[in-house]
Amino acid sequence: MKRLSTVAAALAGVAALGLPSLSSAQDFAITNATLAIGDGSAPIKGSTVVVRGGKVIAAGAGVTVPAGVEAIDGSGKWVTPGIFATYTDLGLFDVQEVSESDDRGSDQAPFNAALDVAPAINPANEHIAVSREGGVTRASVTPFNGNSIFAGQGALIDLGADPEAVTKARAFQVVALGEGGAKLAGGSRVAAHVALRNALREARDVAAMAQGADRQSDAMLTRADAAALGPVIAGTQPLYVEVERAADIRSVLSLKREFPKLDLVLVGASEGWLVANEIAAAGVPVIATALNDLPAQFDRIAATQSNVGRMKRAGVKVAIGMLANDNQPRYAPQEAGNLVALNKIPGASGLSWGEALAAITSIPAAISGMDGRNGHMRAGVLAPGAVGDVVVWDGDPLELSSAPLEVWIDGVKQPLDNHQSRLKERYKDLDRTYLPKAYDW
Amino acid sequence: MKVPPALRQWTGVLALGLALALPSGDALARKKDKDKEAAAETPYPSTYKPYPGRPTALVGATVYDGRGGRIDNGTLLFENGKLVAVGGSDLAVPDGYTRIDAAGKFVTPGVIDAHSHLGDYPSPSVDALADGNEATSPTTPEVWAEHSVWPQDPGFTRALTNGGVTSLMVLPGSANLMGGRSVTLKNVPSLTVQGMKFPGAPYSLKMACGENPKRVYGSKGQKPSTRMGNFAVDRQTWLDAKKYAKDEERDRDLANETLVGVLDGDILVQNHCYRADEMALVIDMAKEMGYKVAAFHHAVEAYKIGDLLKQNDICAAVWADWYGFKMEAYDAIPENAALLQKQGVCVIIHSDSANGIQRLNQEAAKAQADGRRIGIDIPDAEVVSWFTYNPAKAMGVADRTGSLETGKMADVVLWNGNPLSVYTRPEKVWIDGALMYDALDPKRRPVSDFELGQPGEGDVK
Repeated sequence: MKRLSTVAAALAGVAALGLPSLSSAQDFAITNATLAIGDGSAPIKGSTVVVRGGKVIAAGAGVTVPAGVEAIDGSGKWVTPGIFATYTDLGLFDVQEVSESDDRGSDQAPFNAALDVAPAINPANEHIAVSREGGVTRASVTPFNGNSIFAGQGALIDLGADPEAVTKARAFQVVALGEGGAKLAGGSRVAAHVALRNALREARDVAAMAQGADRQSDAMLTRADAAALGPVIAGTQPLYVEVERAADIRSVLSLKREFPKLDLVLVGASEGWLVANEIAAAGVPVIATALNDLPAQFDRIAATQSNVGRMKRAGVKVAIGMLANDNQPRYAPQEAGNLVALNKIPGASGLSWGEALAAITSIPAAISGMDGRNGHMRAGVLAPGAVGDVVVWDGDPLELSSAPLEVWIDGVKQPLDNHQSRLKERYKDLDRTYLPKAYDW
Repeated sequence: MKVPPALRQWTGVLALGLALALPSGDALARKKDKDKEAAAETPYPSTYKPYPGRPTALVGATVYDGRGGRIDNGTLLFENGKLVAVGGSDLAVPDGYTRIDAAGKFVTPGVIDAHSHLGDYPSPSVDALADGNEATSPTTPEVWAEHSVWPQDPGFTRALTNGGVTSLMVLPGSANLMGGRSVTLKNVPSLTVQGMKFPGAPYSLKMACGENPKRVYGSKGQKPSTRMGNFAVDRQTWLDAKKYAKDEERDRDLANETLVGVLDGDILVQNHCYRADEMALVIDMAKEMGYKVAAFHHAVEAYKIGDLLKQNDICAAVWADWYGFKMEAYDAIPENAALLQKQGVCVIIHSDSANGIQRLNQEAAKAQADGRRIGIDIPDAEVVSWFTYNPAKAMGVADRTGSLETGKMADVVLWNGNPLSVYTRPEKVWIDGALMYDALDPKRRPVSDFELGQPGEGDVK
C-alpha cells in the first residue's frame, strides 16, 4: 500500500507540474520541409505533413494545409516520424549499477514468463526524457533475463511527457537461447531447448485444463508462468527469441514445425546473414544491432556490420534495435547512418537512406504490431491514419551534426528538457563569484 | 638524465616536489645512476620496425593537420616512413612518388585512442582471455598491461579498418587504485606485443578513483571500502614509494619502481576519475606527493571544473555522450567536450570500448554539434585534434605522431569523405608510411589468426 500511495503521489506531482496530457493534442502542419515518410522511400523536398486530432492526415509534396490548421514553416528543416526504439530498457532503471534503481532483471524472483514490465515503467524516467530529446517517440521495453531462459513480458510505450506511457502491456514474451540461454538453463544449449519445449508443453496443458483442475505433479513451471505462456502457444503474443549463431537460428526456425502457431521474432541474429534466405523463407522478422562486428562471443564469430544489409537484401524484415544498456535509444539514427556509409565500401552491404530510416521507424513499429493492420495503431510512418508522432530536425536526421528541434507525440508538442539540459545551462559559464552554482536554476 | 622530449613538459612541474623529496648523497646518486642504466635497457623492448612503404603523394584532399590547421586542395608527401611535406596545390610531387588522387576526400593524422583495453580484454570476451584487471590488491603498480596483451585480438583489426586507428594506449582496468603500467602500441598486426610497442613511448601508470576500487575491495571486506579509504591507500602507497626512493640499500621492487618512475617524471599518470570534486582532490594529492596527472579519463564532470583543469594543464579524456550507467556518471552531459574546449582544456575523445574505438571520429563530431547548439563553434580542424594530436600529447608521443608535420611518423588516414560525417569511412590507412589498410583491396585487410578458417574470415566487417 505504501508503495502504491507513493506512486500515486508521484503521478499527482507530474500532473501538478503542468505536463501536457493527451487532451492538448494540437492540429498543425509543417510545410516546405524535406520530408522522410519512414516507409523506405527517399526524402522529398518541399513537402508538407498535416496532423489533426493526434493523427497524421496527409504527408507529401503538394499537400495543402486545411483551413484552421496552424502551419509551421519547415524551410531548411527535415521532418520524420518519431524514432521507434525497439528492444529497450527505457523506464525500468535510473542508474544501471545502482541495483535498487534497476527493475530490468529479477534474478531472485520465483517467476519468469509471468513477469510483466508494464506496472514498473516510470514515465518520468530520465532516460525517457533524454531519448525524447533525441527524437525517440515510441519504444518496446523488454525485461532482462533473471534466473530463467524466459525473461517475461515486454511492453510498448510512448515517450510523451505525461503519466500514460504504456500503450500495450504484455506485448511480447522473451526467451534467451544460444549462449545466454544455455547458461540460464543449467549449462548448455541442450538444456535450454529442453527447458523451452517443456515450458511450451506445460503452457499447452494449462491452457487446455478445466478451470480449477489440478496440474500434473511433475509440473516445473509455476502456474502463473505456464499461464503466461498460453498466448505464446496460441500465437496471439509474439515470442522474441534472443539468438546469435547461424546454427541456433536454424534451431529456432525449426520450432515452428512443433509449435506451428508460434509468432517468432529473432533478436540479435549476429550471424543472420549466413542463414538469411532461411529466415526470409520462414517469414520471421529480426531485431538486430547495426554495428556489432566483433566475434565478441563464440556464438557470433561471423558478426559484421553488413548483417542488416545482407538480411534485407534476402527479403528479411529487419529492424535496428537492441537499444538497451549502453546502446542508448538516441543512437538509433547514428547507427542507421552508419549502414548507409557501408554502400561506399566494396564488399559491404548497407542500406539506402530510406531503408535505414525505415529500420528505426516503420519496421520496428510493424514488428511490434503497430502497422495499422487488424485495427491496430500505426506508428513509425507519416501516412494518413498513423499516430501524430513527428520530429523536426535541424538537418539530415541520420547525420551526426543533426538534432531534433521539435517533437510531437500523438499530436502533442513535447518538452525537450531534462537533467542533462539543465546541467548544461547551469555550467555554460563557470562564474561562481557572487553565489555558488546551486543558486543558478 | 635522458628524458624523451615529450616528457620535458612534465619535469619542470615536478622539480619542486623532487627537491623536497630526495636527499642528496653520493651513494644514493650512484644507486640512482645504476637504476637509470637498468631502466635505459628497457626490458621487453619494442621490436617494431616500420613495414616497407612507397613514396606517396596524396593530392587534392582537404587536409586536417591534427593541430587545428586545415588545407583545402592540399598535398601530403611521405617517404621512408616519415612525412616529407604538407602543403597546398602548389606543392610539387617529386619524381618517384606514387600519386593518389584524393580530390573530394579528406586526410587526417592516424586516429589515436588514449584509452583502450584491446588485447587485455579481447574478443572473444571469455574468462580465459580476460586479463585487464589484476583485482587481487587495490594497488598493483607492479603489473604491466603489455604482459596481458593478446596480439591476435580481432579488435585491433576493426580499430584499423573502421576507425583509422594507428596508435593506442592499452591501460589496465580500473578495479584498482593503481592498476599498473600502460603500454602504447602501433596498431600493426604482430605475433608479439613487442612487435607492436611504440618505440620510445613513455610508460603511464593507470590510476582510478571513485566507485570501482571501493566497490571491488569493499565487497571483499577489505580496504578501501569508501572514497576516503581510496585516498588513504593511495597516499600511504606514495609515501612508501618516497621512502623506497631514499633507501640506499633497497632491493628491486617492481611496484615501487613504477611509482618512483612517476615521481621522477619518467612515467605519466592516466587517472580514471568521473566526478569534478574527486578530480579536484586528486589534483591536490598529486601536488602533495609530487607528481602530475597527464589526463583524467572518463572525466564526465570535467565541464564543471574546466578552469581548474586548464590551470593545472591536465587533459580531459571523455566520451561524447555516455551517461547513466553508474552513479558517478549521472551528471554526464553531451556538451562536456565543447565546454572544455571553450575553457582551453586539452580535450580527448577516448573509447574504453572495442566498438567505440571504431568511431572516435563520429563521437567527436557529435560532441562538436552539441557544442554548436549552445553557441560554441569549434572548427572541424580543431575537432580532429580531439582524436589525433591531443591523445598523442597525453600519451607523451606528440613529438612523433598525432599531427601531419614534416619529419613526424607517416601515420595517415585517407577518408572517403568528411571524417566528421556519419557517411564516411577510412579508405586507406598508413602506419609509418606503410599501407596497412585499403578499402579498395580485399587483401590489404588484416585477418587475425583467431579468425582464420572461421565463418566470416576476411569479410568487410
